[in-house]
Formats: sequence, structure tokens, C-alpha cells
Amino acid sequence: MSVEAQRETFIDIMAKFTAYTGKHLPDDVLSKLKELQEKEITPLANIIYDAMFEDLRMADELDRPCCQDTGVIQYFVQVGTRFPLIDEIEDCLREAVKRATIIGPLRHNAVEVFDEKNTGNNVGKRIPWIDWEIVPHSDEATIYVYMAGGGCSLPGTAKVLMPLEGYEGVVKFVFDQITSYGINACPPLLVGIGIAGSVEVAAKLSKKALLRPIGSHNPNPRGAELESRVENGLNAIKIGPGGLTGENSVMGVHIEEAARHPATIAVGLSTGCWAHRRSAIKITADLDYEIISHKGVIL
Amino acid sequence: MSRKILTTPIKNEDLDSLTIGDIIYLTGYLITSRDDVHQRLIKQHKPLPVDLSGKAIFHAGPIMREIEGQPGKHEVISIGPTTSMRMEKYEQAFIAQTGVKLIVGKGGMGPNTAEACRKYKAIHTVFPGGCAVLAANCVEEVESVEWLDLGMPEAMWVMRVREFGPLIVSIDTKGNNLFENNIKAFNQRKEVIVEDICQHVDYLE
Ligand code: SF4
Repeated sequence: MSVEAQRETFIDIMAKFTAYTGKHLPDDVLSKLKELQEKEITPLANIIYDAMFEDLRMADELDRPCCQDTGVIQYFVQVGTRFPLIDEIEDCLREAVKRATIIGPLRHNAVEVFDEKNTGNNVGKRIPWIDWEIVPHSDEATIYVYMAGGGCSLPGTAKVLMPLEGYEGVVKFVFDQITSYGINACPPLLVGIGIAGSVEVAAKLSKKALLRPIGSHNPNPRGAELESRVENGLNAIKIGPGGLTGENSVMGVHIEEAARHPATIAVGLSTGCWAHRRSAIKITADLDYEIISHKGVIL
Repeated sequence: MSRKILTTPIKNEDLDSLTIGDIIYLTGYLITSRDDVHQRLIKQHKPLPVDLSGKAIFHAGPIMREIEGQPGKHEVISIGPTTSMRMEKYEQAFIAQTGVKLIVGKGGMGPNTAEACRKYKAIHTVFPGGCAVLAANCVEEVESVEWLDLGMPEAMWVMRVREFGPLIVSIDTKGNNLFENNIKAFNQRKEVIVEDICQHVDYLE
């Protein structure tokens, strides 16, 4: 295949996959939502969950974005150094977003800073946002799509704590933010926490934590323990679907960390809403694909 | 149970008996008005192109599509509520100046809006967040669009809706505030829970 033909195939896959992401929640999110609804007892909480599932059913039937806020498009790319299109990925992803905006259709969500103009095609300066991880000796690429909605991006925050504030400080920071801002972000939420030495590393890790499948745990035993303590604690606050009270508050709590400076504990927080549109696709050197997040789906 | 349906134009008496936590539906005119519309009216003193008196506004930025062969005519693809709290800064003045009776959004609003709801007899309600196709399905017609120069999410879309809901009353005409009450309860629970977790996370060597 010529580079031109390869590019076209790659753009086509990613445009369709991006549009698809806006219309169908991934398998792990769907099963978690079902599990959470079964635990609800009040009519109000059940009305909200019923509305969510009815919405998803109609989105599927009518082939439309399940939430109108299809977000700012972010790609988290894990690319093998021998992936044939490595030089083309960025350019192709920008083109894929333009096409996905039309075939979705996706809402126009890229507003240029300073000019304050909506570009009308979801492409703007540094947007789609692309995060790179280089995988040595591989000829494949795994790409995560994340639709960063406004409501679920609003609770996002990061702060550098003094070490003596300890992990207690991290816990307080997370709980304060979720009880004050999380309720507006369409709970049940997926909570991503990053712990590191400086603020940008913590913030970025908190977003990467949201890419992990629901039900996965931090490999460090203390990390996993902190995840489940924070999860159980947030659930005991009983924020409920839509912040209207209920038996739970979150779909999960994920923590990702990087070694910190002795004199700092930086903590970052990102939240995903119930309509957590995060998907993952693996693309081989021959440009065959496998969708990881939505099993068995063909574009 | 029969549905409680409000029809525009909404009168003060229609709202008197409603209390926070009630579930209602709306039939009639629903017009999207979010950040930029609020700031144009209140901060820039531009007259609104749509009369909102007795009608309902929707804190929402939709996905609309121009209908093929009908230039300027749109159909709604997906339209769910956006975070109402962003409009708190201007909502009191907005209610006072427009005579709007019903606000639809998501999440709570603050004391200024609650004060305005009490004073001018209006209510704030929430539609289930993110349920945008469900909402689109209750729209009969997109009659017109104003201020499209603001972009698709921020423009004023004038829609006729039928039994639009469920809408959960979050601020009533007495100024009761459902989310404010919820947040108080969440914060009370939080104190105890955080204290308990902190007993177990002393990882510093
Ligand atoms: S928080 Fe999520 S579900 Fe709610 S409106 Fe925003 S993108 Fe949609």
C-alpha cells in the first residue's frame, strides 16, 4: 500500500471509531452502571438510571451521540517505534476529528483561546490533544479516544501538598473537591487520582487513571488499598445518580503514581461522568484493527 | 400515577403547589440560554431576540443539524442539560428581566437564584444529565435560532417540546433548594468518613 492509501485507511478507521465512541459506552462502564442501578432503592434514583439506559438505547437505535457534549477530543497514543504510520499519526488524527465531527455529528467544542472563536470542526491549536507513549520494538499502535466533556472536566484540579500533610492531605483534597464539584459532573463518577512530585505530572496521571478499565487495581498493595478506601468512602456519602442522592457515588477510583520529590506530594484529580466515553483500539502494521473497549465491534 | 404537566405560558399559580423533589413535565416553548446569552443580556445589556416571559429556558448546548433541502431549518440530534451553576452569577438578574418561569439544567444553583425564584415566582429543575437523545425525542420542532453567531452550543434555539422530562424540581417558589440540602448532608457524612480513612493511610516512613 502506498503511504497515501495507508493514511486514508488509518484516517477512516479513526474517524469512524471516534464517532462511534460518542454513541456507545464501553463494556466496562455499561456493566458497572447496571450493577450500580441494582443497588438503588429510591424511586428517584431509579428514574435517573432508567433515563440513562433509555437514552443509551435510543442513541444506539437512532445512531446519535448519547450525550450532546461530545467533548474536546483527546487521543492517548501508545505507538510502536516500528509502526509504519508513526510519522503521519498526528496529521491523520486531526483529519479524523474533522470527519468524525461530520459523521457523528459531534458538537463543535474547540474554542480558540484569545480569539474566542469556535473553530466549528473540533480542530484547533493543539486540539485534538495527543498524548504520546513510545513503545520500543513494536510495530503496532494502541490508541485511546477520550471525549473530555465540559461538565466532567470542571471538577478537575491539582495541587502540591507539603509532605507532612501526608496521604491524609490527599484524601481530604479528593473528598472536598468531589462533594463540592462532583455532584454537577453527572455522577456516578469515575475518579482518577495522580500522585507525583510536581503538579503537571500528577494532573496527567490523574487523567491516565481514567483510561484504566473499571475494576482494575493499582499494582501496589497500598495503592490498591487506598483506591478501595476512597471508593467505599465516596460511596458512603451517597451522592447518587445526578447528585440526587442514592446508594452510591462512583463507578470506581483509580490512582496512578510517579515517584515524588522528598519535599512535595503533588495530587491531581480528574473525573469521568457516567457517560464515560473512553475507548481503545489496537491497530497493526497491516492496518487491521481490534477494538478493545467494545468487544466484537466492527466499524 | 398521572403526569404533572406544565404548559407555557406558565402562570404563577401553576408553580405554587410545586415542592423540591417533585417530578414534572413541560409542554410548550423551551429556549436554550446558557453562558453567552446570560452575559449578553446582563453584562452587555443587549436586548434578547426572544421574549421569554412565561416560558422555559434550557441550560443546554445542543447538537443541531440543518435539514437537507430546507436551509435555515434545523432538527435536534442530541440535547442534554449543562451545569446550571455556571449561570448563577447572572441568573437572578436574568429571571427579573425576562419573566422566565421555568429553568431546566443540571446540578444545583445557588442562593441568588433561589432568592429570585422566591421573589419572582420561578422554579429551577433538572433533567437527567447526559440523557441527550431522550431529551431530543421530546422536541417537536426547532422553530428558529437566534444569535447563531455565538456558535452552535451558545446560540438561542427556540424549540416546541411535548411532555419534556422527567424534570426534578430543585428550587421551588418558596426558595427551597434541593441540592443545597443534599450538599449539606454530603458534607456532614464526609467529615466522619475522611477522619476514618485518615486512620489508615499513614504511609510516611
Ligand atoms: S458531565 Fe458527561 S454526561 Fe454530563 S453533560 Fe457533561 S459530558 Fe454529558
